[in-house]
Amino acid sequence: MARIDLKNLAHSYHPNPTSATDYALRKMDHVWEDGNAYALLGPSGCGKTTLLNIISGLLKPSEGQVLFDGQDVTALLPQERNIAQVFQFPVIYDTMSVFDNLAFPLRNRKVAEADIRVRVEEVAEMLELQDVLQKRAANLSADAKQKISLGRGLVRSDVAAILFDEPLTVIDPHLKLLLRRKLKQIHARFKLTMVYVTHDQLEALTFADQVVVMNEGRVLQIGTPQDLFENPQHTFVGYFIGSPGMNFLPCQMNKGVATVGDQQIPVGKDTENLSGNFELGIRPEFLQLHAEKSEGAHKVLIKEVENLGNCQIVNVQFAEQSLKVKLSEDQEVPVEYGFLQFPAQWIRLYADGDLVQNNQKLQPQPELAQ
Amino acid sequence: MNKWEDNKAWFMVIPVFLVVAASAIIPLMTVVNYSLQDIFGPGQRVFVGLEWYKDALTDSRLHDALSRQLLFSSLVLLIEIPLGIMIALMMPKKGWGASLSLVLVALPLLIPWNVIGTIWIIFMRPDIGLLGAAINNMGVPFDHTASPFAAWVTVMMMEVWHWTPLVVLLAYAGLQAIPEAFFQAARIDGASTWAIFRYIQLPKMRGVLTIAILLRFMDSFLIYAEPFVLTGGGPGNSTTFLSIYLVKLAVGQFDLGPAAAFSIIYFLIVLLFCWLFYQVLLKVGTGEKS
Repeated sequence: MARIDLKNLAHSYHPNPTSATDYALRKMDHVWEDGNAYALLGPSGCGKTTLLNIISGLLKPSEGQVLFDGQDVTALLPQERNIAQVFQFPVIYDTMSVFDNLAFPLRNRKVAEADIRVRVEEVAEMLELQDVLQKRAANLSADAKQKISLGRGLVRSDVAAILFDEPLTVIDPHLKLLLRRKLKQIHARFKLTMVYVTHDQLEALTFADQVVVMNEGRVLQIGTPQDLFENPQHTFVGYFIGSPGMNFLPCQMNKGVATVGDQQIPVGKDTENLSGNFELGIRPEFLQLHAEKSEGAHKVLIKEVENLGNCQIVNVQFAEQSLKVKLSEDQEVPVEYGFLQFPAQWIRLYADGDLVQNNQKLQPQPELAQ
Repeated sequence: MNKWEDNKAWFMVIPVFLVVAASAIIPLMTVVNYSLQDIFGPGQRVFVGLEWYKDALTDSRLHDALSRQLLFSSLVLLIEIPLGIMIALMMPKKGWGASLSLVLVALPLLIPWNVIGTIWIIFMRPDIGLLGAAINNMGVPFDHTASPFAAWVTVMMMEVWHWTPLVVLLAYAGLQAIPEAFFQAARIDGASTWAIFRYIQLPKMRGVLTIAILLRFMDSFLIYAEPFVLTGGGPGNSTTFLSIYLVKLAVGQFDLGPAAAFSIIYFLIVLLFCWLFYQVLLKVGTGEKS
């Protein structure tokens, strides 16, 4: 078990990177606490697998250091780092039995056979593999194989962190849920540091204590699922987390009031000294839509209603812009025209993609904007 | 369901059936026909039943050729398969080195078979051959036209030089198809190079190696052109393999009947061995008892 420090870490697949776009991973500085479950979330090509491979040691970063519990492991090979990794496609040793598969990392480390037996049986019981221990691994289903890959990490008592690279991609949907719950149980029981790469926000939000949202080689936000939902630090986080994503409206700020087209939206008391062009962000869940006119409501055109069974997504036209409103399943949707409320406490303002915080004058974040 | 409609599919098979019949079944039947007759000349033939088969099965020269053939094919498999895997493992996986080594390795496969025999005649000549003269100059008498041992060594070297590349190409293709995650996982599991070979690479190459073993067995069992050019089956009968003996019988002595019976037996032997190999290889490494 270990705390993971990423110090001035950056990686480029080019030998001589010149511009920021040459970097698969832009300079970052983070501390990941011992025993937490982190999910790296982002679209394909955002650098999350690169980051994972740097932590596991399969890839050597072109700049910066990786520290496990304060010890520099940047130059160490994967086998010297005490990490375990579960890959997208189950990696098993076809010709071996399940038992031998689980025992393999221990046998390679010359652990006594009696201890191996104890460890393997313990892990097999936890992963519910005890019935198939003597079977050939090659003949099992994908989810059992993925459990074996995970088990090979768990049998090692010295393991510092377990890394997952989209481990549920090839698993049937109904088994995904079971396996994900298993992972959570294991995390709760062993308090292992876990890093989980995925592009599926549901997976990330249910698995992790802390979600690391990445895009274009940058870490945009590290936070709890609630943080990401309520306070996206970046427009990308707002857009990527949530279904549908956050609404964004280009606006002009003046004395705490945002002007969007010909409409005025009061934003709140902390924003009085902001002026100029911003983006106003609000989650579809927080917008309120009613049939009757009320104080401060804006008249909007109802364009489309999608009923998703447990909720309704209403597409409305507001000041020449399209907005999505998420309503509960049983709420009556107004016909043709409705009245939209923007609750000020849920409005967030963004400048150049970054959240404008607590009335502070906007400063470019030094680490992120390399 | 209409019975007529049901059987329409057979008409679709007719073209293929005709081609196969013309190219394989009819010639084979002709051979079967010959093998049951004594042929003196055009129109002069006598039905002899299974006489030629009895002769062939009791022919001691055929027995000798068969044991020579089995020894040769076993050596071929024992040398070429491990050697081919070793070379494939050493070849670069990507970049210009990969393309270059593939071209270099494949070169022997592009040379006509009788030219290969000619190349090795010249290469191994005791007086002017690059290797032959070198060995003789070191004080070791080595002449493939005089010594059966030298003839065998030469034929084996030629065969290995000619056909190991095929095994290399197949094994290389098998290795390239292994996803990178397997090697990464093995490294994390702390596996040694040998363990990676034994538990990842070898099992993943099972399919291509099955093909390689079958092809190399069949081809080496049917080998004709290269040893015929190189040694003509000599010195004495020491490199007279089955097909060389068969041609001597059929063309040299014009004994069409016995040669036909021999061909049929030869064909059945190859078929039998291939079937055995296939049955065994299907089960190797899958955990089923063979």
